[in-house]
Amino acid sequence: MVSDFAAVAVFLIVGVGFVLFTLLLSKIFRPSDPNPIKQSTYECGEEPFGPSWIQFNVRFYIFALMFVIFDVEAIFLFPWAIAYQSLGLFAFVEMLIFISILLFGLAYAWKKGLLKWY
Amino acid sequence: MLELGGIVEAVGEMISSVMGSLGFGSGMITLMQLLTAALAVISFAAVLTLFLVWMERKVSARFQMRVGPYRVGWQGTIQTVADAVKLLQKEDITPVNVDRAIYFWAPVVTFVAAVAVYVTMPFGEGLIVRDLNIGILYIIAITTFTVIGLLMAGWSSNNKYSLLGGFRSAAQVVSYEVPLAIAILGVVMLTETLSMLEIVHQQSKFYQWHVWRQPLGFIVFWIAGTAEVNRTPFDLPEADSELVAGFVTEYSGMKFAMFFLAEFVNMFTLSAVATTLYFGGWNGPLLPSWAWFMIKAMAGVFVLMWFRWTYPRLRVDQLMGFAWKFLLPLAFLNLILTGLGIHFF
Repeated sequence: MVSDFAAVAVFLIVGVGFVLFTLLLSKIFRPSDPNPIKQSTYECGEEPFGPSWIQFNVRFYIFALMFVIFDVEAIFLFPWAIAYQSLGLFAFVEMLIFISILLFGLAYAWKKGLLKWY
Repeated sequence: MLELGGIVEAVGEMISSVMGSLGFGSGMITLMQLLTAALAVISFAAVLTLFLVWMERKVSARFQMRVGPYRVGWQGTIQTVADAVKLLQKEDITPVNVDRAIYFWAPVVTFVAAVAVYVTMPFGEGLIVRDLNIGILYIIAITTFTVIGLLMAGWSSNNKYSLLGGFRSAAQVVSYEVPLAIAILGVVMLTETLSMLEIVHQQSKFYQWHVWRQPLGFIVFWIAGTAEVNRTPFDLPEADSELVAGFVTEYSGMKFAMFFLAEFVNMFTLSAVATTLYFGGWNGPLLPSWAWFMIKAMAGVFVLMWFRWTYPRLRVDQLMGFAWKFLLPLAFLNLILTGLGIHFF
C-alpha cells in the first residue's frame, strides 16, 4: 500500500527533475541577450497599458463555487458507486434524493441566471 | 509474440539482483525500480509527443489537401525532433513584469500533472507501474492539477491576454470536470472497482466493453474530456486568433515547450483513459497487448484531430452553458439509468 503511493511520489519528483534538467540543458545552448524592449509585456506591439492584475468578472468565482459543490458531490458518489451492486434498491433511492437536492440547487442557479455568461 | 511485459519484469529482476548483490535493502531496490520506471515513462511521453506533433501536422495537412511536413526524414518523421532541438536553442525571454517564482514553476506543475497520470495507466499486460486501488479517482484528481498550472501561468505573466486565457481555461476545465467525473461513475457502478487493471480485466471479451453498456456515459465522457484537454471545438483558452495563445503568450523556449508537451500528453491521456474505461484496454486478439492499447488510444487521438478540422470553435458563453445546462444533466441521467439498469436487468 505504502509503496504504491511511493510510486506517485517518485513520479512527481522525477517529473520535476526532468523539467529542471531540460531547462538547465537549454540554458547551456541558448543565447541570452535581454533588452528592455524584448522584456516588456506583449500587448500587440503597443506600450502596455496599466497592470494586468486588476479586478475581473466575479462570474469566475461563481463557476468555481459551483465546481466545488458538484465535485465534492462526485467524491461522495464514488464510494457509493463501488458498493452500489451490493447495497440494493435502498442505496439507489437514497442517492436519488441526494442528487435531486443538488439538481434543485442547479435549477435554482439556472433560474437566477448564474449559468449565463455575458 | 512481442510482449513487453516480460522485458519490463526482466529489467526489474535485473535491478533487484544487481542491487541485491551489492548489499542494498529491499526499500532501495524498490526505489531504484520506481526511478527506472518513472524515467522510462517520461521518455515515452517525450517520444510520444514528438510523434503526436508529427501526426497532428500530417493529419491536419491531409484534411486540407496538403502534404504536410515531408522533407526532414521519411515523410517528415524527424521534423519534430528538429523542432525540439531548435526549441532547446531558443532564447528564454522572461518579461520584467512577471511574478518570477510563479512564472517559473507554472510549466513544471503543468508537465508533472500531465505525466503523473501514467503511474497507474495499464499500457499492456504487465505494463503498469503500480495498480493503485483508487486508480481512476487518482487520475481525475491529478489531471485537475493542470488547472493550477494554467492559472499560475496566466496570472504570473502579468499580461492581459494571458490572464484572460488562464481564467477562461480554469473556468472551462473545472466546469467540464464535473460531467466527466459523473460520467466515469457509470463505469465504476458496473465494475465495482476503481483499479484500472481490474477494469481492464473485466472487459476481456469484445461484447464486454463498457461502451456497449454505457453509450451515453461515453459520449458525455468524450465531449467533456475534449474540453478538459482544451482541444477544438473547446480551445478557447488558447484561441490563437483572439487571445494570442492565451496563457502561454509570455512563454518562450523550453518553458513553452513544456506546456506544449503537457498538452499533447494530456490529449493522449484522455484517449488512453477512454480506451481503458470503455474500449477494453489492452484486450484484443493476435497482436500483443501493448499494440492493442496503442492502436485504440491512437484511434482516439485521431478522432480528436478529426474534431479539430470539423467543428468551429464555440463562443465562451455557449461553452459554459453547454457544460452546466446540457452535459451535467445528461451525466446525471446516465447515472440514474445505470442505477436502474443494474437493478432491473
